[in-house]
Amino acid sequence: MSKQRLYLKGNEALAYGALEAGLNAYFAYPITPSSEIPETLAKEFGNKKYPEYKFFLQAASELEAINMVLGAAAGGVRAMTATSSPGFSLKQEALSYGACMELPFLVVDICRAGPGLGNLGPEQSDYFQATKGGGHGDYRLIVLAPATVQEMALFPRIGFDLAFKYRNPALILGDAFTGQLKEDMEFPEFTHPKYDVSSWATTGAKGRAPHILNSLELDYQKHYQHIGKIFEKYKQIEANEVLFEDYLTQDAETVIVAFGIMARIAKGVVNKLRPKGVKVGLFRPITLWPFPKSPLKKLAAQGKRFLDLELNTGQMIQDVKLTVGNDVTVDFFGKWGGVVPTESEIESKLKRLEVFAV
Amino acid sequence: MSQATLKVKLGKLESLTDNPTHYCAGCEHGTLTRLIASAMDELGIREKTVMIDSVGCSVLAYNYFNCDHIVAAHGRAPAVAAGLKRVRPELTVFTVQGDGDAASIGLLELIYAAQRSTPITIFLVNNGIYGMTGGQMAPTTLVGQVTTTTPYGRDPLLTGTELDASKILAGIEGANYVKRASLVVAEIESHRGNVYTIKNLLDAKKSVENAFKVQALGGFAFVEFLSTCSVNWKMSVLDAKRFVQDHTIKKYPLGVYRDTFGVEKK
Repeated sequence: MSKQRLYLKGNEALAYGALEAGLNAYFAYPITPSSEIPETLAKEFGNKKYPEYKFFLQAASELEAINMVLGAAAGGVRAMTATSSPGFSLKQEALSYGACMELPFLVVDICRAGPGLGNLGPEQSDYFQATKGGGHGDYRLIVLAPATVQEMALFPRIGFDLAFKYRNPALILGDAFTGQLKEDMEFPEFTHPKYDVSSWATTGAKGRAPHILNSLELDYQKHYQHIGKIFEKYKQIEANEVLFEDYLTQDAETVIVAFGIMARIAKGVVNKLRPKGVKVGLFRPITLWPFPKSPLKKLAAQGKRFLDLELNTGQMIQDVKLTVGNDVTVDFFGKWGGVVPTESEIESKLKRLEVFAV
Repeated sequence: MSQATLKVKLGKLESLTDNPTHYCAGCEHGTLTRLIASAMDELGIREKTVMIDSVGCSVLAYNYFNCDHIVAAHGRAPAVAAGLKRVRPELTVFTVQGDGDAASIGLLELIYAAQRSTPITIFLVNNGIYGMTGGQMAPTTLVGQVTTTTPYGRDPLLTGTELDASKILAGIEGANYVKRASLVVAEIESHRGNVYTIKNLLDAKKSVENAFKVQALGGFAFVEFLSTCSVNWKMSVLDAKRFVQDHTIKKYPLGVYRDTFGVEKK
């Protein structure tokens, strides 16, 4: 599928992106608005174009699906599941175990409005759950936030690479908008790297000591050391794997901070206001964890003010404020409940903040 | 009485480590550990076997079985086992679950592993109680039985009657091998007074071997083993074994519930 242009829904693009990334096993449970991912992967199962794609199964529950992912990941293969917010809550148990056992696998959350059943509209309200651990205990997921259908296709590869490089679960946090959006995109050529799993995967203890993938450690000192070791690893991820987009921030006086579909809308606002001479730019975290602290800090040090835009009541703003400190102005504008703001609503907010005159 | 011999490899087993187990005196978990390891040695499968350790008294099995392990969350062992087996079909994948793990919090995972004929082996230790957490009611607890959460005896009007995992699986077409055996030695009268027979253990050993054979044939295998928990039943070891013989076995009759490959007859 090299350099092929396609017109796809975000969810379909993500499924093809996972196949292009060498997906080995997919464990499904249907939930709107993510179901095109398992549907596409069910349709493509057996396609000779993807010789590495060996197993597809619709599980009986979100829990069964994610625990099958754990088992497959323990076998050292590229395993994945996708869900949406209510299902993502159910994934938290296994994500906690997976992080502690240092298992590499990929989970996709096509975020919809919550809490509870909420509705099928887009939200970014799983930000806390995605970036702060989410399950019990102290751990982090590597979190990627795509803003375009193109990125929906590209990020599975990045997710698998990072998951295997650091032996940690990775998450793609999309939303109902990026999942359902249909647009033109291009597939690049992927080669499938062979990850070395020989030191830990449970493939049978032939000619070696047994591999034990375990989150249980009754010796407190040993568990203290194990979690300490994982957080040393997290420091490496924070130092090396930050991804972000910096758009016209150089001379900007006001920088909009937004991720995913909100960054896309914000970019439209920036493009509209720039010709009018308004010095506004966009800073888009692509990895939500590790959060791009240093580049944001740099912008703050240049004396800029910030407007944090989110499809929730204000979650990422905590990371933004923690990063830039108390002396910097950080305003917030959010919509929730499945409601998406228009460009003009964001413009009005900037006007109210006196970023520019009417 | 015929001359029965228990074919268990004596001495050091390759499939066992040198670690002493944490199991309480009289607990049949140790017996099952030995039977499984013995079968693994005899079938020559240790190097391609992965055990999924489930939450309960069997959770520390990674200290005892000399093979690869994944320690699953409470109730999820069949799902983890299925995930691994599907991507590494050359492996032998098995788990030892307790009755709380398999028949309560993990009933869905158990049923669906069976329903899809997932080629894995599940051993269920049914001692009618949550042993690891200190003796609370399990779905298998006998009506009237006293536990820490049924201090006046299990009340069927409130908590229902005993859940029979083997009977549930017996009704599932995909389950290839479903059997209830016992790890509890039985007391019998003889002309020399009361003696103990290991007849149950002979059958238990055969069940373990058959359960691995069924997996090799591509089928789902499940063996439930009646066991005691004298510590949490607050009985002597011998009284606990007698309790199984006099009461438990009546509610949970031993036998082969499904055998689609006919391995029992071979």
